Amino acid sequence: MEVHYRPEIEQEDEAMFLDIGSMLEGFGRHRGDLMPILQKIQERHHYLAPLALKMVANHLNISTCEVYGVATFYNQFRFHPPGKHQIKVCLGTACHVKGGDIILENFERKLEIKAGETTHDREFSIDKVACVGCCALAPVAIVDETVHGHMAPSKVEGLILGFEIEKERQQREKQRGESNQ
Amino acid sequence: MNQTSKKSAYELFSPIREEAERRIGELRSNTHPNIYIGMATCGLASGAMEVKKAFEDTLKERGIEARIIPVGCLGHCYAEPLVMVENPGFPPILYHEMTPGKAKTLVKAFFEEGDPLFEYVLGAMEENDLIPTVKEFSRFHSEERILMAHCGLIDPEDIYHYIAKGGYSRFAKTLSFPQDKILGEIRESGLRGRGGAGFQTAVKWAMVKNAEEPERFVICNGDEGDPGAYMDRAILESNPHQVIEGIAICAYTVGAQRAIIYVRAEYPLAVKIVKRAIAQARELTILGKEILGTSFDLEIEVFQGSGAFVCGEETALIQSIQGERGMPHPRPPYPSQRGLWGKPTVINNVKTFGSIAPILERNGAWFHGIGTEESPGTAIFSVVGSIVHAGLVEIPMGITLRRLIFDVCGGIPKKKKFRAVQIGGPSGGCLPEEILDTPIEFDSLTQAGAMMGSGGMVVMDEDTCMIDVARYFVDFTQNESCGKCTFCRIGTRHLLNILERITKGEGRKGDIDLLEDLSLDIKEGSLCGLGKTAPNPVLTSTRYFRDEYEAHINEKRCPAMMCRTLTAYFIDLDRCARGCDACVGSCPTESIFTTSNRKKAIDQTLCVKCGECMTACPVEYDAVRKVSPPELAPRIERPKEG
Repeated sequence: MEVHYRPEIEQEDEAMFLDIGSMLEGFGRHRGDLMPILQKIQERHHYLAPLALKMVANHLNISTCEVYGVATFYNQFRFHPPGKHQIKVCLGTACHVKGGDIILENFERKLEIKAGETTHDREFSIDKVACVGCCALAPVAIVDETVHGHMAPSKVEGLILGFEIEKERQQREKQRGESNQ
Repeated sequence: MNQTSKKSAYELFSPIREEAERRIGELRSNTHPNIYIGMATCGLASGAMEVKKAFEDTLKERGIEARIIPVGCLGHCYAEPLVMVENPGFPPILYHEMTPGKAKTLVKAFFEEGDPLFEYVLGAMEENDLIPTVKEFSRFHSEERILMAHCGLIDPEDIYHYIAKGGYSRFAKTLSFPQDKILGEIRESGLRGRGGAGFQTAVKWAMVKNAEEPERFVICNGDEGDPGAYMDRAILESNPHQVIEGIAICAYTVGAQRAIIYVRAEYPLAVKIVKRAIAQARELTILGKEILGTSFDLEIEVFQGSGAFVCGEETALIQSIQGERGMPHPRPPYPSQRGLWGKPTVINNVKTFGSIAPILERNGAWFHGIGTEESPGTAIFSVVGSIVHAGLVEIPMGITLRRLIFDVCGGIPKKKKFRAVQIGGPSGGCLPEEILDTPIEFDSLTQAGAMMGSGGMVVMDEDTCMIDVARYFVDFTQNESCGKCTFCRIGTRHLLNILERITKGEGRKGDIDLLEDLSLDIKEGSLCGLGKTAPNPVLTSTRYFRDEYEAHINEKRCPAMMCRTLTAYFIDLDRCARGCDACVGSCPTESIFTTSNRKKAIDQTLCVKCGECMTACPVEYDAVRKVSPPELAPRIERPKEG
């Protein structure tokens, strides 16, 4: 896939750190606040950047490696920015039995990244998730907020193709809008 | 204070209950239809949101007045999205597998012409002369619902729905009881912790109650990490108040003023619903300061877990609330002696707390009369996998696995053969057909090598390889091992390596014995439940499915044809039709090519064995074959270009 470098990424990052800084003010400095803080950052910005961990450590007056140790212990936290389209493949027991790993492999092959990674243009990211609680629909993949049940390798292609077509259409419209002006 | 003028908590509660009854009565006597839509996570995944929108749009379009009430989960996942319709003049009717199209048709036919559309009906919820009731299905008939009695029938986001069903009146009543009386009732019920280990609840509570330390905590463990079990989620999403009531009664009994509900991060909807439920209870002074005019205070908070399986273990869970890595501690001291922040703490599972209010509503003896002597009460299983009626089933303890799988849940679909049932998730084991007559209770399951655990139950048919399943679970536990104990950290890694080797056809003689030895050592050398039970999937599969291991190791063959390295797909040239291209487009790796006689063949070097071509091949040809070992597939060379 083609990789585009987006210069706006840097600005986005800067805004994120400003936001985290002001958010931290609202939290206590007790050790028990560590998890809620990390969860809040993850909820707002979808990942924990190295600088964010450092800021949390400063706030709680503990070492960065302590924060890093706790954050890496839990599966929920991610350390890469997620893609615009987040793909989560369920690998719970029922999905595994029905071939969830084949679905995951298809996403990985198609997007040329591994689970837990994000494409360079931050369009797509793939994650493995343990059971999402719709075992009766196995195998399941969640793309953005939509749950896709009874997945098949051909559906994987269709889903990604759908996003690519949509993106092209938007670009065309943007171009058309620009040329009309 | 003047004792005679002071009203008891129960008296103060009566106006609340009357208000609830008034509201629900109004809903029932409504001259308009009520539409209840199951909107828990499973319903939403099956399209409940679209169905709701279709109902709303059609009602508006046709100018019909009806009330739409989102409810929780009935547990019948195979039939989602489920919709119950109360139309005046008809019994409440349950519709299954609804779609926006069906919803549209139903509004027109039922509300305008009075035709309940029998073809969409699953059954009626009450006895009547018109429609067979759902009770006539064995799936409904065999269940005995205590914990899930109201799940899917009430609005979880409206506290009055629960109060109208008698909710919180037990709590209001117990507030004037001596603590020992409550404890006595729980002791008599014989309730055992529903988290998996089955510890006597009354013993745990008594330890905290009699502790010297005045500050105590109550924690509700909703960190349901077992992949394949989701009953805690369903309860929290469908009827959070029953759990909150249980927690409140517990806190009153043991003298705790703070309680924490620990919910798994993967359950955002449950977190939202529980938080709202707590806020509503506070508004009615059922929680908070001076509850119902008494001197008892209780604050309940929600703590979101962050996705670590080991945090289901109580000491690890406490660590994680304290902002540490969730690593278990040796017991004793038990949390009931030194728990959260070093204070005596009751930790019980969601289902345990859910059982408290029903026990106190009747009495301990009633609860003890359900199920078996040693394991009283009911158990909830999430029965999934290769099963006709997948979903959540609440049954009295003691019925056999065979009854549960074949009678209650309808058996194996597509006329396939039963191979095994995996009980208790990563800590449990795979049980074969011979063990199916085992009654379901804590002790007998442990004897068979599995475990009650969380109640996850995955049914597997003949197409599932037991070694791959063992590998899957060991992969899971070795990932989730916190790393504290060497045997668990390194031992499970080695188990995984050996199992991977076997599934890739590189198994060696003596591997089975090595697996068994290593498993026993891991059990011995680990501190917490995770390590102690992690080898169970391996031990049960070597015990019950040894022949499969032997086939993998000696013949490099996977009998279930699931291990991908040991299988191959090929196209039977006698059946393949000239000019048919169905399989070519389905292949994600372009491994299918046209042979010199214009039929199709698979390039084995490119094939990833996903099985798409087998699905794509038209039934009249049915030409794609799967074999194990892969050498059985004929080699066909790709014709040279040009």
